[in-house]
Amino acid sequence: MSDIKISVENLGKYYNLGQKQTKHETLSGRFVNLIRQPFENFKKLKNQAAIPDEQNQREKGIWALRDINFTVKNGEILGIIGRNGVGKSTLLKILAKITRPTTGHIEIWGRISSLLEVGTGFHRDLTGRENIYLNGAILGMRKREIEKKFDEIVDFAEIEKFIDTPVKRYSSGMKVRLAFAVAAHLEPEILLVDEVLAVGDAAFQSKCLEKMDVVSKSGRTILFVSHNMGAISQLCSRCLVIRNGKLVAEGKPDEMINWYLSSLNPKKVDGKLNISPERLGDGRLSFTDAYIEDQYKNTTSKPISGEKISIVVKFQAKSSIQKVTFLKTIYNHLGIPVVHFSVESQGYKFHIKQGTGTVRCTIPRLPLPLGRYRIDLAAFDESGRLDSITGALYFDVSISHFFSTFFTPPAKYSTALVEHAWDLIQ
Amino acid sequence: MSFRKPSFLNRWRRLQNHAEKKTIIDAKDPWSTLSLKEWLGYRDLLYFLIWRDIKIIYKQTVLGFSWAIIRPFFAMLVFSFIFGKLAQLDSEGVPYPVFSYTALLPWTYFSTVITKSTNSLIGTAEIFTKVYYPRIFAPLTPVVSALVDFSIAFFILALMMLIYNIVPSSTILALPLVLFLLLITAAGLGIWLSALAIQYRDIKHAVPFLTQLLLYLAPVAWSYSLIPKPYDRLYALYPMVGVIEGFRACLIKQGALPWQYIVPGYFMAICILISGIYYFHRREIFFADIV
Repeated sequence: MSDIKISVENLGKYYNLGQKQTKHETLSGRFVNLIRQPFENFKKLKNQAAIPDEQNQREKGIWALRDINFTVKNGEILGIIGRNGVGKSTLLKILAKITRPTTGHIEIWGRISSLLEVGTGFHRDLTGRENIYLNGAILGMRKREIEKKFDEIVDFAEIEKFIDTPVKRYSSGMKVRLAFAVAAHLEPEILLVDEVLAVGDAAFQSKCLEKMDVVSKSGRTILFVSHNMGAISQLCSRCLVIRNGKLVAEGKPDEMINWYLSSLNPKKVDGKLNISPERLGDGRLSFTDAYIEDQYKNTTSKPISGEKISIVVKFQAKSSIQKVTFLKTIYNHLGIPVVHFSVESQGYKFHIKQGTGTVRCTIPRLPLPLGRYRIDLAAFDESGRLDSITGALYFDVSISHFFSTFFTPPAKYSTALVEHAWDLIQ
Repeated sequence: MSFRKPSFLNRWRRLQNHAEKKTIIDAKDPWSTLSLKEWLGYRDLLYFLIWRDIKIIYKQTVLGFSWAIIRPFFAMLVFSFIFGKLAQLDSEGVPYPVFSYTALLPWTYFSTVITKSTNSLIGTAEIFTKVYYPRIFAPLTPVVSALVDFSIAFFILALMMLIYNIVPSSTILALPLVLFLLLITAAGLGIWLSALAIQYRDIKHAVPFLTQLLLYLAPVAWSYSLIPKPYDRLYALYPMVGVIEGFRACLIKQGALPWQYIVPGYFMAICILISGIYYFHRREIFFADIV
């Protein structure tokens, strides 16, 4: 047997979106419809899962995945990145045999388990003990395995006292802990993890990552879908980029992440802001440009951590406006706001004259660890919102001079950098 | 530990452990994922699903497992009054209550299984759209779990036979044969209906109505001897005829098994079962997409 664990050839998945309904507005039309509808309904239901007819594509549908080819070697941790809805989760669902591909051929060597969702199959009326067995079996564990790990699972979930209580009496936190404890004790040869589906519970996400760390060190094969670029670059040995159902790039995680992130917002280079529907505000003032200047007043999209930068925003005002405050918030790759700047926080407000203008916010030492960031802009006066724009600007921090030692702070353990000093007393 | 597994399954363990697991998923070949070995690998799950079904069946009810007796017993009372007393239907010399209860026993099992199987896939959609396991376990679970009710109701029959002083003949030895016919009939129909119901929800509404029709079509309240001669061969293709008459022959009547009903019944039941598994497997690959 070779060391290939998964081979995927020419994989495609087609979804029918259904036909448009014809409407009958007249009474006789409705009556005819009463007889005709069952036939149409039948046709629609029957064709729900139909494979598209190559010659006659009357049905409206979408290729969620198309022409995907890749292999996964034993012990490899393969990251899969791409925007929402490009087919990443569909790919994992096909590999987990939950849904069937429309085209292609897949071979998998070894037992495959998925952490796509936790707590599947929990029954409210059954006790914790009973649910551990049931859920374990649903996830593909043998009864003997569950018995062997039972105490560990209970320990991990911290529910010893409630083990014989029906799950419906559990708090939601206990349920999540129990569900994750079961999933975490799976020992598959191949593990599928979809972190995207596990959103909502930060504790679960981080536990998920810890678990992956452990599993990966034991030499097992993992397929990992995530929006967390930090986790991808840290854990994965190789990375696939999927765009619109197609595999567009494959390679080293860091290269792939950079390529993927830079492909996300190619138009933002010149700093011009376009009028997007996401913009809110009454229009008396509108932002026209946003960019970052480094300490030499050069425009950059890769500011250096620890150096002086300015966030420059140009605007157009239709009339003069009194007491205006500008807001800027920097978000990291997880969408967590890291720092917030406001004019008001400095104890003053601006009076703006009609016409164009520029506001500059200078940060003497950029306190951000390595990663990709986004800036949201807003301006308010006392009567309300003048303009706001989400994702006005994206930038990457790839070099850090924050600490004079040139020590690069690990992105895993920090969202912001703080100057500090150590003393040793003996 | 409260979870015991039948020891005869231990034999398969060695086989399981040494089997090299290779999975092939091929879009062109729907049979690529059908493997008995895989079903065996998941047999613990089937066991837990059945066990869960039994556990929760009468949770939060006042009467609990008494329901297993109440349904056939009260139907028997009504039947005895309407068909036995008022309509004076022929019960072939057997006291009418025993005559009808013997038929209601397998009938109640049959209707329970097909009702539960029909809803089994729809009810577990939340699970099978997220985790893979052999989907056919869903309609098969009620086939086994409903046997618990059946066994409880069987005691009442034994009691009634004692009261009416009916001693079964040696034909009772053939009871497993008849019981097996009942199981595969229920399983086959359940598999068909569950796969249809997930795509066409009409089935869900049709099944209660269907079981009612099938009840009057089956010789539950009356005897098969009412069917005129040339049509009884056609009638025998309805497997529940063989089941019900088989039960009566084994338990309360004297004489041989009605082979003329059991053989066509078996033929039909096996056809339904095999075509059901075939249809189910052809469709199961789409269940997660169409549910």
